[in-house]
Amino acid sequence: MTGISPPAIELRGISKAFGPVQANKDISIQVRPGTIHGIIGENGAGKSTLMSILYGFYKADKGDIFINGRKTEIHDSQAAIAAGIGMVFQHFKLVENFTVLENVVLGAEDGRLLRPSLAKARRILADLAREYELNVDPDARIDQIGVGMQQRVEILKALYRRADILILDEPTGVLTPAEADHLFRILDNLRAEGKTIILITHKLREIMETTDTVSVMRRGEMTATVKTSETSPDELAELMVGRKVLLQIDKAPAHPGRTVLEVRGLHVRDHQGVERVKGIDLTVRAGEILGIAGVAGNGQSELLEVLGGMRSGAGTVLLNGTALALDGRGADGQARRAAGIAHVPEDRQREGLIMEFHAWENVAFGYHHDPAYQRGLLMDNAALIRDTEAKMKKFDVRPPAPALAARNFSGGNQQKIVVAREIERNPDLLLVGQPTRGVDIGAIEFIHKQIVALRDQGAAILLVSVELDEILSLSDRIAVMFDGRIMGERLPDQTDEQELGLLMAGVSGEAA
Amino acid sequence: MDKMPKWADVVLIPLISLILATAISALVILGIGEDPVAAVKIMVSGALGSTLGWGYTLYYATNFMFTGLAVAVAFHARLFNIGGEGQAMLGGLGVAVACLYIPWPHWSLALIGAGTLAALFGAAWAAIPAWLQARRGSHIVITTIMFNFIAASVLNYLVVDIMRPKGARDTATARFPDSVHLPTLHELLAPIGVPFSKAGPANVSLLVAVAACLLIWLLIWRSRLGYEIRAYGHSETGALYAGISPVRITMITMLISGGLAGMMAINNVMGEAERLVLNATEEAGFIGIAVALMGRSHPLGVFLAAILFGFLYQGGAELALMTQIPSELIVVIQALVILFTGALDNMVRMPIEKLFVTLGRMRA
Repeated sequence: MTGISPPAIELRGISKAFGPVQANKDISIQVRPGTIHGIIGENGAGKSTLMSILYGFYKADKGDIFINGRKTEIHDSQAAIAAGIGMVFQHFKLVENFTVLENVVLGAEDGRLLRPSLAKARRILADLAREYELNVDPDARIDQIGVGMQQRVEILKALYRRADILILDEPTGVLTPAEADHLFRILDNLRAEGKTIILITHKLREIMETTDTVSVMRRGEMTATVKTSETSPDELAELMVGRKVLLQIDKAPAHPGRTVLEVRGLHVRDHQGVERVKGIDLTVRAGEILGIAGVAGNGQSELLEVLGGMRSGAGTVLLNGTALALDGRGADGQARRAAGIAHVPEDRQREGLIMEFHAWENVAFGYHHDPAYQRGLLMDNAALIRDTEAKMKKFDVRPPAPALAARNFSGGNQQKIVVAREIERNPDLLLVGQPTRGVDIGAIEFIHKQIVALRDQGAAILLVSVELDEILSLSDRIAVMFDGRIMGERLPDQTDEQELGLLMAGVSGEAA
Repeated sequence: MDKMPKWADVVLIPLISLILATAISALVILGIGEDPVAAVKIMVSGALGSTLGWGYTLYYATNFMFTGLAVAVAFHARLFNIGGEGQAMLGGLGVAVACLYIPWPHWSLALIGAGTLAALFGAAWAAIPAWLQARRGSHIVITTIMFNFIAASVLNYLVVDIMRPKGARDTATARFPDSVHLPTLHELLAPIGVPFSKAGPANVSLLVAVAACLLIWLLIWRSRLGYEIRAYGHSETGALYAGISPVRITMITMLISGGLAGMMAINNVMGEAERLVLNATEEAGFIGIAVALMGRSHPLGVFLAAILFGFLYQGGAELALMTQIPSELIVVIQALVILFTGALDNMVRMPIEKLFVTLGRMRA
C-alpha cells in the first residue's frame, strides 16, 4: 500500500483494433496493490476488450502489460492465471452438473487421480470460506444453487488458482441487492488481505460505494482516472457520455384514469412445463406506469410474453374490460397489436428486431399488416422508408439511414428503433421489458423521457426491469415479483432499495 | 459498414469458387491422363457451340431452375428441403394424370392444367414432412429424405403396375396425346425467323421457369408473405414476437417449395419424354440444392446457377461421348463445384472480405 511498491497491474499504451473499429486507443492505467479499481463506461466503450487483453483472449496491437512491476506477456488464459490474474465473467463458466468442489478443481487437478486433489481443495475451500465470508457447500451441484452462490464459486475458482488480481465483469447484473451487498463485503475482505480487484460495471452507485480509484472509458479511450472520493456520480456520467446527463428523470405526478389492464389469477408454464407465473393479480390504469421489480428469472419475462401474445397462459386478462385470449387462435402478437397493446420486448436482438433486416423493414416488424404499408399485392417499400425517416428523425436515431441493417446500429440506437415503432402506435397499453439493457446513458435518458411522455398522453404502461434504479425512477407504483408471485406493491416515494430488495429475495412484506 | 460491396458477394465469390473447382477438376483430368484444355473445349462446344447443345443445356437448366427455386424458397424460412427429388416425381405423376385422363383442346390449356396438378401433387408431398416439422418437431431434413424413397416406391408401383399399358415392355405410361405436345424452342423461334435445332428438348417450360424466378423474387423481396418468411427464417423468437405463426409459415413455405419442385415435371415429363418414365427426375431434385446454394437463394442467382449446371450436365455428357473420360468424372466436377460454392464458401469469403476491409481502410 505504500507508494514505493510497484503497481499490481500497469498497462502502458494498449491499443487494439478490430477491422476498422479501434476498440482500445493508447490506454494506460496503474492499479496499486490492495485496492479496488473501477472501470466504467458505456456499452462498446472498450472495457471488455481491455480486460480480454489482460486475460489473454486477445493480443494487443500495441502496448505492454506489467504485473508487479515486471513486463509480462499474456498470450492465453493459462499465462494470465500463472501471472496471478483471475477473472469472473458476466456469464459464469461452470459445469452445471458438477459439484462446487469439482468445478473448483476442474482444470487445476494435481494428478491423474482425482481424490487427492478434491481432498486438498476441500481444505482450501474451508480456509477461504472462513477468511472471506465465501461460504458455499462444496458438495452442492451447480444447478441446485442460486446465481449468487454460483458467482462465489467463480471467485473461489480464481482464489484456488492463487489469483492476487481479480477482475469482475458486471458482477451484480444477476444479483439481488442483498446478494450484491454480500458480494461487496467479500470484495472488501479480499482487499483487506491485499488482493487487487478490478471491477467493471456501468452502475455508478457501485463505483461510488466500493472502489478506491476509477477509470472512465469512452469510445475506446481512457478519458479519466480519478480517486473515487474526489468525484461524484454526475461528474462520472458526464465523463462517460461527454456531456451533461440527467440521472434522475423529472416527471409530473401521475393522474391515473380508468383501468386499462386487469390480470386475475394468471398462470404461465415454460417450455418444459415448469410453472413460472403462479397466479398473479394486477391492474394498470391509464396514465400510470406500473413497474415490476425482481431478479431475472422470477416469472417477469413470462408475464410479459403472455401479455404480448408470445406464449400461452391460463387465467383472466382484461384489456379495457374485454377478455383477451390466452391460448390458441387470437392469442398471438397480431391480435394483441390489434387490441391496442404495443410491446418493447426484453431482448431486442432476438425478439424486437430482425438483425439482418434493414431499419425500414424493422419499422414494419409486427405491423407489417398495416394498410399504410401495402400497395396492391405487394408491400409499399417507399412508404415504409418515408415512415422510417420520420421516426428516425423524431427519435434521434443515429445514423439516420433507413437502409442500414439493424445489426449495424449501436445498442442504444437499435432500442430507439424499437421504442419509436411501438410508441408511435399510440397504444392503450405499452409493455416494456428491460428498456435500457445494454443501452448507453445518453439513450437511456431519451428512452425514459419517451416512456413518461406516452404515460402523460394517457397510456397504461407495464414496465419490467431488473434495474432497481430504473424501476424506482420511472414507476408510479411498484410490484415486486419473486418465484412467479407478486410479493407486494409499494409506492416509490414510500419505499427504498432495502425494502424492495427483501421482497425481491422472497421475504414477504408482512414479515419484513 | 465497411463490409464488401454486394457485387462481390453475389458475383465475385461464386466466380472464384468456380475457378477453384475448375482448377482442381483440371488436375483430376490430368491425373487420369487426359488433356484438360481439350476437355473444356469439348464441354463448351458440346453444350454451347450449337443450338442443339443450347437446346439440351437450357432443357437441363429449366429443371434446375424449378428445383433450385424450391430449395431457395425453403432456405429463406431456414427450412432445408431435401425432398425436391420426391416432390418432382410426384409432380410427374400429376402431369401424367392430367395429360392421360383429361382431353385438352390446346397445349396451352394443357400446360396450365398439368402445371397446376404437378404443383399440387408436389406441394401435397411436401405438406406431410412440413406438418410433421411444424406440429411434431420431426426434423424436415430427415423426413424429406425419407419421402424421396417413399415417392420412388409409390411411382414404381403406380407406373409399373397400374398405369403401364397392357403388354408394354417399358416401365413407362402410354404416350401422351399429341394435343398436349408442348412447343419446343425450335417451334417457338421458327415463326420469328430464328433458326434453332429441332432435336434440342428445351421447350416452352423454360419461359415458365423464368417467370417463376421473377414471381419468386417478388414473393420473397416484395410481398408481405415473403417478409414473414424471411423474418421467420432469421429469428423464430422474433417471428413469435411479431405474431407470425411458425406453423403457418412452415406449412406455406413448404407448400410453395414442393409446388415448385413438382412444376419441374412440365419440362421433363410433359415437354421432353411426353410420357411418365420411371426415374424421370434424374436427380434434378438434388442438383437443386447445389443450385440454390450457389445462387445464394436469390432467384437471379438460381437462374444463373441453373444455367451453369445445365452446361455442366450437357458438357459432361458430351465429354463422356467424345473422350475416354468416364461419365462419372462429370459427377466429380459437379461435386467440386458444390463443395466450393456451398460447403467451403467461407474459405473463399473470409479472405475476400478481409481484402475489402483493408482496401476500405487504405482509402479512408
